Amino acid sequence: MTNLDKASNSNWNIIFICWIIASVSTLGSLFYSEIMEFAPCALCWYQRIFMFPLVILLLVGLFPFDKSIIKYALPLALTGWGFAFYHYLLYSGFIPESLQPCSQGVSCSETYVDLFGFLTIPMLSLISFSTLVALLLVLKRRLSK
Amino acid sequence: MKKQFMVLISIVFLILLFVLGINLYKSQQIRKYGFMARENASTFVREHSQTLGSDDAKVYLVEFSDPACETCGAFHPFVKKLMAVNPGKIKLVVRYAPFHDGADYFVKILEAARKQGKYWETLEVMYQTQRYWASHHNPQPKLIWKFLPRAGLDLVKIRNDMNDPEIAKLIQQDIADAKALNVRKTPGFFVNGKPLPSFGYKQLKELVESEISEYY
Repeated sequence: MTNLDKASNSNWNIIFICWIIASVSTLGSLFYSEIMEFAPCALCWYQRIFMFPLVILLLVGLFPFDKSIIKYALPLALTGWGFAFYHYLLYSGFIPESLQPCSQGVSCSETYVDLFGFLTIPMLSLISFSTLVALLLVLKRRLSK
Repeated sequence: MKKQFMVLISIVFLILLFVLGINLYKSQQIRKYGFMARENASTFVREHSQTLGSDDAKVYLVEFSDPACETCGAFHPFVKKLMAVNPGKIKLVVRYAPFHDGADYFVKILEAARKQGKYWETLEVMYQTQRYWASHHNPQPKLIWKFLPRAGLDLVKIRNDMNDPEIAKLIQQDIADAKALNVRKTPGFFVNGKPLPSFGYKQLKELVESEISEYY
Protein backbone atom coordinates (compact mmCIF):
# COMPACT_ATOMS: atom_id res chain seq x y z
CA MET A 1 0.00 0.00 0.00
CA THR A 2 1.44 3.38 -0.91
CA ASN A 3 1.66 6.25 1.54
CA LEU A 4 -1.00 8.10 -0.36
CA ASP A 5 -3.43 5.21 0.06
CA LYS A 6 -2.76 5.03 3.77
CA ALA A 7 -3.39 8.73 4.18
CA SER A 8 -6.65 8.62 2.28
CA ASN A 9 -7.71 5.61 4.30
CA SER A 10 -7.25 7.38 7.59
CA ASN A 11 -9.07 10.42 6.20
CA TRP A 12 -12.00 8.15 5.44
CA ASN A 13 -11.75 6.67 8.92
CA ILE A 14 -11.97 10.09 10.54
CA ILE A 15 -15.26 10.82 8.78
CA PHE A 16 -16.43 7.31 9.59
CA ILE A 17 -15.76 7.91 13.31
CA CYS A 18 -17.57 11.25 13.08
CA TRP A 19 -20.53 9.46 11.53
CA ILE A 20 -20.54 6.89 14.36
CA ILE A 21 -20.48 9.67 16.96
CA ALA A 22 -23.34 11.50 15.26
CA SER A 23 -25.36 8.29 14.96
CA VAL A 24 -24.85 7.33 18.59
CA SER A 25 -25.79 10.84 19.71
CA THR A 26 -28.90 10.85 17.53
CA LEU A 27 -30.08 7.44 18.68
CA GLY A 28 -29.23 8.32 22.27
CA SER A 29 -31.26 11.51 22.23
CA LEU A 30 -34.15 9.67 20.54
CA PHE A 31 -33.94 7.04 23.27
CA TYR A 32 -34.23 9.70 25.96
CA SER A 33 -37.18 11.45 24.32
CA GLU A 34 -39.13 8.57 22.72
CA ILE A 35 -38.46 5.62 25.01
CA MET A 36 -37.77 7.19 28.39
CA GLU A 37 -40.15 10.03 27.52
CA PHE A 38 -38.08 12.93 28.76
CA ALA A 39 -39.48 15.96 26.97
CA PRO A 40 -36.60 17.77 25.22
CA CYS A 41 -36.21 21.41 26.30
CA ALA A 42 -35.79 24.22 23.77
CA LEU A 43 -31.99 24.16 23.84
CA CYS A 44 -31.98 20.40 23.39
CA TRP A 45 -34.05 20.88 20.27
CA TYR A 46 -31.53 23.33 18.80
CA GLN A 47 -28.73 20.87 19.43
CA ARG A 48 -30.77 18.09 17.83
CA ILE A 49 -31.37 20.27 14.78
CA PHE A 50 -27.61 20.43 14.20
CA MET A 51 -26.84 16.84 15.16
CA PHE A 52 -29.46 14.86 13.24
CA PRO A 53 -28.52 16.02 9.70
CA LEU A 54 -24.87 15.12 10.33
CA VAL A 55 -25.84 11.43 10.30
CA ILE A 56 -27.05 11.70 6.71
CA LEU A 57 -24.51 14.25 5.57
CA LEU A 58 -21.46 12.36 6.83
CA LEU A 59 -22.74 9.09 5.41
CA VAL A 60 -23.09 10.68 1.98
CA GLY A 61 -19.55 12.04 2.32
CA LEU A 62 -18.23 8.51 2.89
CA PHE A 63 -19.31 6.99 -0.43
CA PRO A 64 -17.25 7.91 -2.33
CA PHE A 65 -15.04 9.82 0.08
CA ASP A 66 -15.58 13.52 -0.55
CA LYS A 67 -13.25 15.93 1.21
CA SER A 68 -15.66 18.82 0.76
CA ILE A 69 -17.76 17.15 3.46
CA ILE A 70 -15.78 19.28 5.93
CA LYS A 71 -17.10 22.42 4.31
CA TYR A 72 -20.68 21.26 4.98
CA ALA A 73 -20.32 19.37 8.23
CA LEU A 74 -18.09 21.75 10.17
CA PRO A 75 -20.52 24.71 10.27
CA LEU A 76 -23.28 22.42 11.56
CA ALA A 77 -21.01 20.89 14.19
CA LEU A 78 -19.70 24.31 15.28
CA THR A 79 -23.19 25.80 15.62
CA GLY A 80 -24.36 22.76 17.55
CA TRP A 81 -21.28 23.04 19.75
CA GLY A 82 -22.22 26.66 20.49
CA PHE A 83 -25.67 25.63 21.70
CA ALA A 84 -24.24 22.72 23.66
CA PHE A 85 -21.70 24.97 25.36
CA TYR A 86 -24.36 27.55 26.23
CA HIS A 87 -26.62 24.80 27.53
CA TYR A 88 -23.80 23.42 29.62
CA LEU A 89 -23.10 26.83 31.17
CA LEU A 90 -26.77 27.29 31.91
CA TYR A 91 -27.05 23.83 33.33
CA SER A 92 -24.09 24.08 35.63
CA GLY A 93 -25.23 27.47 36.86
CA PHE A 94 -22.67 29.82 35.25
CA ILE A 95 -25.56 31.60 33.55
CA PRO A 96 -28.45 32.45 35.89
CA GLU A 97 -31.83 30.78 35.51
CA SER A 98 -33.65 34.00 34.68
CA LEU A 99 -31.73 34.42 31.44
CA GLN A 100 -32.71 31.08 30.03
CA PRO A 101 -34.67 31.18 26.78
CA CYS A 102 -36.69 28.06 27.52
CA SER A 103 -40.36 27.45 27.09
CA GLN A 104 -42.52 27.11 30.17
CA GLY A 105 -43.00 23.39 29.84
CA VAL A 106 -39.54 21.97 30.25
CA SER A 107 -36.70 23.60 32.09
CA CYS A 108 -33.31 23.42 30.43
CA SER A 109 -31.62 23.10 33.79
CA GLU A 110 -33.61 20.21 35.16
CA THR A 111 -31.56 17.08 35.78
CA TYR A 112 -33.01 14.00 34.14
CA VAL A 113 -30.05 11.74 33.88
CA ASP A 114 -26.93 11.48 35.98
CA LEU A 115 -24.77 8.63 34.71
CA PHE A 116 -22.02 7.55 37.09
CA GLY A 117 -22.67 10.67 39.12
CA PHE A 118 -21.28 13.20 36.66
CA LEU A 119 -22.46 12.55 33.09
CA THR A 120 -25.60 14.56 32.37
CA ILE A 121 -27.43 14.95 29.07
CA PRO A 122 -26.04 18.45 28.31
CA MET A 123 -22.54 17.18 29.07
CA LEU A 124 -22.96 14.19 26.74
CA SER A 125 -24.04 16.59 24.02
CA LEU A 126 -21.09 18.90 24.63
CA ILE A 127 -18.69 15.95 24.53
CA SER A 128 -19.99 14.65 21.21
CA PHE A 129 -20.08 18.08 19.54
CA SER A 130 -16.56 18.84 20.82
CA THR A 131 -15.24 15.54 19.49
CA LEU A 132 -16.93 16.13 16.14
CA VAL A 133 -15.48 19.64 15.81
CA ALA A 134 -12.02 18.44 16.85
CA LEU A 135 -12.00 15.54 14.40
CA LEU A 136 -13.25 17.68 11.53
CA LEU A 137 -10.59 20.31 12.27
CA VAL A 138 -7.89 17.64 12.32
CA LEU A 139 -9.08 16.39 8.95
CA LYS A 140 -9.17 19.92 7.59
CA ARG A 141 -5.52 20.41 8.57
CA ARG A 142 -4.49 17.08 7.09
CA LEU A 143 -6.16 17.83 3.79
CA SER A 144 -4.80 21.35 3.45
CA LYS A 145 -1.22 20.10 3.77
CA MET B 1 -16.24 -2.95 -0.70
CA LYS B 2 -14.74 -3.38 2.75
CA LYS B 3 -15.81 0.14 3.66
CA GLN B 4 -19.41 -0.42 2.64
CA PHE B 5 -19.40 -3.54 4.77
CA MET B 6 -18.05 -1.68 7.79
CA VAL B 7 -20.76 0.97 7.57
CA LEU B 8 -23.46 -1.63 7.06
CA ILE B 9 -22.30 -3.62 10.09
CA SER B 10 -22.25 -0.42 12.14
CA ILE B 11 -25.80 0.46 11.12
CA VAL B 12 -27.07 -3.00 12.02
CA PHE B 13 -25.14 -2.95 15.29
CA LEU B 14 -26.46 0.49 16.30
CA ILE B 15 -30.05 -0.46 15.53
CA LEU B 16 -29.71 -3.73 17.45
CA LEU B 17 -28.26 -1.83 20.39
CA PHE B 18 -31.19 0.60 20.27
CA VAL B 19 -33.80 -2.17 20.21
CA LEU B 20 -31.98 -4.03 22.98
CA GLY B 21 -31.96 -0.82 25.00
CA ILE B 22 -35.72 -0.43 24.53
CA ASN B 23 -36.37 -3.96 25.76
CA LEU B 24 -34.02 -3.65 28.72
CA TYR B 25 -35.56 -0.35 29.74
CA LYS B 26 -39.13 -1.60 29.40
CA SER B 27 -38.54 -4.76 31.42
CA GLN B 28 -36.70 -2.76 34.06
CA GLN B 29 -39.63 -0.31 34.29
CA ILE B 30 -42.13 -3.15 34.65
CA ARG B 31 -40.08 -4.64 37.46
CA LYS B 32 -39.75 -1.26 39.14
CA TYR B 33 -43.48 -0.53 39.04
CA GLY B 34 -44.28 -4.06 40.14
CA PHE B 35 -42.09 -3.46 43.16
CA MET B 36 -43.74 -0.11 43.85
CA ALA B 37 -47.19 -1.65 43.54
CA ARG B 38 -46.29 -4.24 46.18
CA GLU B 39 -44.30 -2.11 48.57
CA ASN B 40 -45.95 1.20 48.12
CA ALA B 41 -49.49 0.62 46.91
CA SER B 42 -50.65 3.98 48.22
CA THR B 43 -48.79 5.74 45.41
CA PHE B 44 -51.29 4.16 43.03
CA VAL B 45 -54.45 4.37 45.17
CA ARG B 46 -54.90 7.02 47.83
CA GLU B 47 -57.56 7.16 50.50
CA HIS B 48 -59.18 10.07 48.66
CA SER B 49 -59.15 8.43 45.22
CA GLN B 50 -62.48 8.05 43.50
CA THR B 51 -63.10 4.47 42.41
CA LEU B 52 -65.64 2.68 40.26
CA GLY B 53 -66.43 -1.03 40.28
CA SER B 54 -66.70 -3.85 42.75
CA ASP B 55 -64.54 -3.88 45.88
CA ASP B 56 -63.85 -7.57 45.21
CA ALA B 57 -62.32 -6.82 41.82
CA LYS B 58 -58.80 -8.16 41.50
CA VAL B 59 -57.71 -6.02 38.59
CA TYR B 60 -57.00 -2.43 39.59
CA LEU B 61 -57.00 -0.05 36.65
CA VAL B 62 -55.41 3.19 37.81
CA GLU B 63 -55.89 6.09 35.42
CA PHE B 64 -54.03 9.36 35.80
CA SER B 65 -56.26 11.74 33.92
CA ASP B 66 -57.09 15.35 33.29
CA PRO B 67 -60.69 16.45 32.58
CA ALA B 68 -59.34 18.89 29.97
CA CYS B 69 -57.35 16.20 28.13
CA GLU B 70 -58.91 15.14 24.86
CA THR B 71 -57.33 11.70 24.81
CA CYS B 72 -58.64 11.01 28.33
CA GLY B 73 -62.11 11.84 27.03
CA ALA B 74 -61.59 9.51 24.10
CA PHE B 75 -60.45 6.68 26.40
CA HIS B 76 -63.29 7.06 28.87
CA PRO B 77 -65.97 5.15 26.89
CA PHE B 78 -63.37 2.52 26.06
CA VAL B 79 -62.51 1.98 29.73
CA LYS B 80 -66.19 1.77 30.64
CA LYS B 81 -66.72 -0.79 27.92
CA LEU B 82 -63.80 -2.85 29.22
CA MET B 83 -65.45 -2.81 32.64
CA ALA B 84 -68.84 -3.74 31.22
CA VAL B 85 -67.39 -6.69 29.31
CA ASN B 86 -65.68 -7.98 32.48
CA PRO B 87 -68.30 -7.29 35.17
CA GLY B 88 -67.02 -7.25 38.75
CA LYS B 89 -63.43 -7.93 37.75
CA ILE B 90 -62.10 -4.43 37.22
CA LYS B 91 -61.87 -1.57 39.66
CA LEU B 92 -61.20 1.81 38.10
CA VAL B 93 -59.24 4.31 40.19
CA VAL B 94 -59.27 7.91 39.00
CA ARG B 95 -56.15 9.92 39.79
CA TYR B 96 -55.52 13.45 38.62
CA ALA B 97 -52.69 14.73 36.51
CA PRO B 98 -54.04 18.13 35.43
CA PHE B 99 -51.19 19.01 33.09
CA HIS B 100 -53.14 21.49 30.98
CA ASP B 101 -52.95 25.09 32.16
CA GLY B 102 -55.79 25.77 34.54
CA ALA B 103 -57.04 22.19 34.41
CA ASP B 104 -57.11 21.89 38.20
CA TYR B 105 -60.16 24.17 38.05
CA PHE B 106 -62.15 21.35 36.47
CA VAL B 107 -60.80 18.82 38.94
CA LYS B 108 -62.06 21.08 41.73
CA ILE B 109 -65.54 21.16 40.16
CA LEU B 110 -65.44 17.39 39.83
CA GLU B 111 -64.46 16.89 43.46
CA ALA B 112 -67.12 19.36 44.57
CA ALA B 113 -69.67 17.37 42.55
CA ARG B 114 -68.57 14.28 44.44
CA LYS B 115 -69.96 15.85 47.63
CA GLN B 116 -73.34 15.87 45.91
CA GLY B 117 -72.93 12.26 44.88
CA LYS B 118 -72.76 13.23 41.22
CA TYR B 119 -69.12 12.48 40.47
CA TRP B 120 -69.51 10.09 37.55
CA GLU B 121 -72.39 12.03 36.02
CA THR B 122 -70.26 15.19 36.11
CA LEU B 123 -67.24 13.44 34.63
CA GLU B 124 -69.46 12.12 31.85
CA VAL B 125 -70.82 15.61 31.12
CA MET B 126 -67.32 17.07 31.18
CA TYR B 127 -65.95 14.61 28.66
CA GLN B 128 -69.01 14.90 26.43
CA THR B 129 -68.90 18.69 26.30
CA GLN B 130 -65.13 19.00 26.44
CA ARG B 131 -64.80 20.20 22.86
CA TYR B 132 -66.84 23.28 23.71
CA TRP B 133 -64.85 24.41 26.74
CA ALA B 134 -61.41 22.93 26.13
CA SER B 135 -60.96 22.81 22.39
CA HIS B 136 -57.40 22.69 21.11
CA HIS B 137 -55.85 22.30 24.55
CA ASN B 138 -57.08 25.71 25.61
CA PRO B 139 -59.43 25.24 28.57
CA GLN B 140 -61.93 28.05 29.18
CA PRO B 141 -63.13 27.66 32.78
CA LYS B 142 -66.12 29.98 32.36
CA LEU B 143 -67.65 28.00 29.53
CA ILE B 144 -68.16 24.85 31.54
CA TRP B 145 -70.78 26.28 33.87
CA LYS B 146 -73.32 26.25 31.07
CA PHE B 147 -73.05 22.46 30.81
CA LEU B 148 -72.89 21.50 34.48
CA PRO B 149 -76.68 21.58 35.13
CA ARG B 150 -76.91 18.56 32.80
CA ALA B 151 -75.36 16.49 35.58
CA GLY B 152 -78.07 17.65 37.96
CA LEU B 153 -75.71 19.70 40.13
CA ASP B 154 -76.44 22.43 42.63
CA LEU B 155 -74.17 25.09 41.12
CA VAL B 156 -74.20 27.41 44.12
CA LYS B 157 -72.99 24.60 46.29
CA ILE B 158 -70.33 23.67 43.72
CA ARG B 159 -68.96 27.21 43.73
CA ASN B 160 -68.63 27.00 47.49
CA ASP B 161 -67.27 23.48 47.76
CA MET B 162 -64.70 23.71 44.98
CA ASN B 163 -62.57 26.07 47.06
CA ASP B 164 -62.22 23.59 49.88
CA PRO B 165 -58.50 23.44 50.72
CA GLU B 166 -58.87 19.66 51.07
CA ILE B 167 -59.43 19.46 47.33
CA ALA B 168 -56.33 21.52 46.58
CA LYS B 169 -54.35 19.21 48.85
CA LEU B 170 -55.73 16.14 47.10
CA ILE B 171 -54.69 17.53 43.72
CA GLN B 172 -51.19 18.24 45.03
CA GLN B 173 -50.92 14.68 46.30
CA ASP B 174 -52.03 13.26 42.96
CA ILE B 175 -49.57 15.41 41.04
CA ALA B 176 -46.78 14.30 43.38
CA ASP B 177 -47.74 10.64 42.85
CA ALA B 178 -47.89 11.15 39.09
CA LYS B 179 -44.37 12.49 39.24
CA ALA B 180 -43.20 9.59 41.40
CA LEU B 181 -44.67 7.15 38.89
CA ASN B 182 -43.14 9.01 35.95
CA VAL B 183 -46.51 9.94 34.43
CA ARG B 184 -45.72 12.77 32.02
CA LYS B 185 -48.66 12.40 29.67
CA THR B 186 -52.35 11.77 30.20
CA PRO B 187 -54.05 9.41 30.36
CA GLY B 188 -51.45 7.40 32.25
CA PHE B 189 -52.64 3.86 32.93
CA PHE B 190 -51.42 1.27 35.41
CA VAL B 191 -53.02 -2.16 35.56
CA ASN B 192 -52.23 -3.74 38.92
CA GLY B 193 -49.22 -1.47 39.00
CA LYS B 194 -48.00 -2.36 35.52
CA PRO B 195 -47.59 0.46 33.00
CA LEU B 196 -48.69 0.05 29.37
CA PRO B 197 -45.87 -1.36 27.22
CA SER B 198 -46.76 1.37 24.72
CA PHE B 199 -49.70 3.72 24.48
CA GLY B 200 -52.91 2.66 22.75
CA TYR B 201 -56.35 1.08 23.07
CA LYS B 202 -55.12 -2.33 22.04
CA GLN B 203 -52.24 -2.32 24.54
CA LEU B 204 -54.59 -1.34 27.37
CA LYS B 205 -57.06 -4.05 26.45
CA GLU B 206 -54.34 -6.70 26.24
CA LEU B 207 -52.79 -5.73 29.56
CA VAL B 208 -56.18 -5.77 31.31
CA GLU B 209 -57.03 -9.13 29.75
CA SER B 210 -53.69 -10.67 30.73
CA GLU B 211 -54.23 -9.52 34.33
CA ILE B 212 -57.76 -10.92 34.32
CA SER B 213 -56.60 -14.29 33.07
CA GLU B 214 -53.92 -14.30 35.75
CA TYR B 215 -56.29 -13.64 38.64
CA TYR B 216 -59.51 -15.35 37.55
